[in-house]
Amino acid sequence: MPGRALPTAPAADAVPASCSAAVGRRTTAPVGTLRLVAAVAGKDLKVELRSREILYTMALFAAVIVVVFSFSFVKDQKALVAAVPGVAWAAVVFAGTIGLGRAFEREREGDTMRALLLSPAPRLAIFAGKTVAIALLVVAVEAVVLPLCLLFFNVDLGAAVLDLVLVLVLGAIGFAIVGTVFAAMLLRIQSRDVLLPVVLYPILVPMIMSGTKATAAILAANDADAWFWIKFLAAYDCVFTIVALWTFEALVIE
Amino acid sequence: MLSSIVVEKVSKRYGDHRALAAVELTLTAGSVCALLGPNGAGKSTLLGILSTLVRATAGTVGYLEGDRRRKLDDRLRADIGLLAHSSLCYGELTAVENLEFFATLYGVADGAARARTLLDEVGLDGRARDRAVRTYSRGMVQRLALARALLARPSLLLLDEPFTGLDRGGALALGARLGQAKADGAIVVCVTHDLEAIAGVTDHVAILVGGKLACDERDPAGYSYAALRERYHAHAG
Repeated sequence: MPGRALPTAPAADAVPASCSAAVGRRTTAPVGTLRLVAAVAGKDLKVELRSREILYTMALFAAVIVVVFSFSFVKDQKALVAAVPGVAWAAVVFAGTIGLGRAFEREREGDTMRALLLSPAPRLAIFAGKTVAIALLVVAVEAVVLPLCLLFFNVDLGAAVLDLVLVLVLGAIGFAIVGTVFAAMLLRIQSRDVLLPVVLYPILVPMIMSGTKATAAILAANDADAWFWIKFLAAYDCVFTIVALWTFEALVIE
Repeated sequence: MLSSIVVEKVSKRYGDHRALAAVELTLTAGSVCALLGPNGAGKSTLLGILSTLVRATAGTVGYLEGDRRRKLDDRLRADIGLLAHSSLCYGELTAVENLEFFATLYGVADGAARARTLLDEVGLDGRARDRAVRTYSRGMVQRLALARALLARPSLLLLDEPFTGLDRGGALALGARLGQAKADGAIVVCVTHDLEAIAGVTDHVAILVGGKLACDERDPAGYSYAALRERYHAHAG
């Protein structure tokens, strides 16, 4: 049987050799790391804006937590303001974990994480791009959680709201840094959905603790305590950025 | 541009399972290697190791440019094009958006023009290009995956079952494309069970059985389907 042996020369429907050369005439050039970070983050956000499944799920879940707890923590028929730090951070972290898992599940579906790692883009840029995208999603959820907390717990922060925004943004960055490393590491593991919170939360404890302490200090108008915990949170982000950059490649290669 | 790849006693274990056992293989520029073998023989694992994405448990892979051994760095990865089992593309993005995104990562000058040229080349329908990839048929995804693999004009082209899902025209065009890559001096490694499709293009046959290299031979004149089938049955049963 002669089979359907393929020609070695271009077939009639192949394009002219001028545009089909596979090698040589390379027209690639080094790309700035920041541009690569923006490309990876932009791609993730574009994918999310097309489907909106992560953002809507995270926001709805976080809103439900705030509403439920605002009716649970009641004293003298008023929502307990002291519960706000715990409620806000629980909502952000739990909703963030849902988003984190789904964001990396997308990379698994088309095996696109391999495509990213196979590209000449530095691992640092890939890690930073994914971290930026996840941090922005968490910040979007915080933009829902914060007004809801202020509304349902009847809190008037005045200008201190800016301090609280700073705390929440630092928390989102810390969550995204640690979360990106662990979610990428668990990408090829079967029970990753179960394992992600198990391995992630113990590492997040210092971040959650400093976030709730800073939030409580801001609500109590205790500036000294608030700034101590804000600096602690910033230090947490710096330390885990270094650890993440150091370990990311080793964790994601088979 | 890579001139050869030397695989030296490469082994890979996944826990207790041995995927590759001391494989030795040399791949040269301007050659298409048909990497054959039954399911579970270790073909995709070897492809993963060649792509730098899988670490060998033992042994080394040397990427040579003339006499110089290239470092395993970002620049080397720019020289590798991979077509894997999955598309390696984002389902929510269009074909053009996918290629433009990867063109940015690879630093391809004028990524948009290159994307359009490649989509013409792989025969992806003009109307489909602006649709989300998740709406594509298997064959269309395979054409896009091929375009993605060729995007940066790699000098090492790794193809895992590239003929899957392609119609007759697509398979013919892909065969022609491999012939063109070979003529341009690329190192092409093609894992396939479709001996008919690769016949006439390949000039190097490597057969893996149970993680061991059972056959490694070359014929500059190329292999016919009958010759490939004979070798496959002789070594892999």
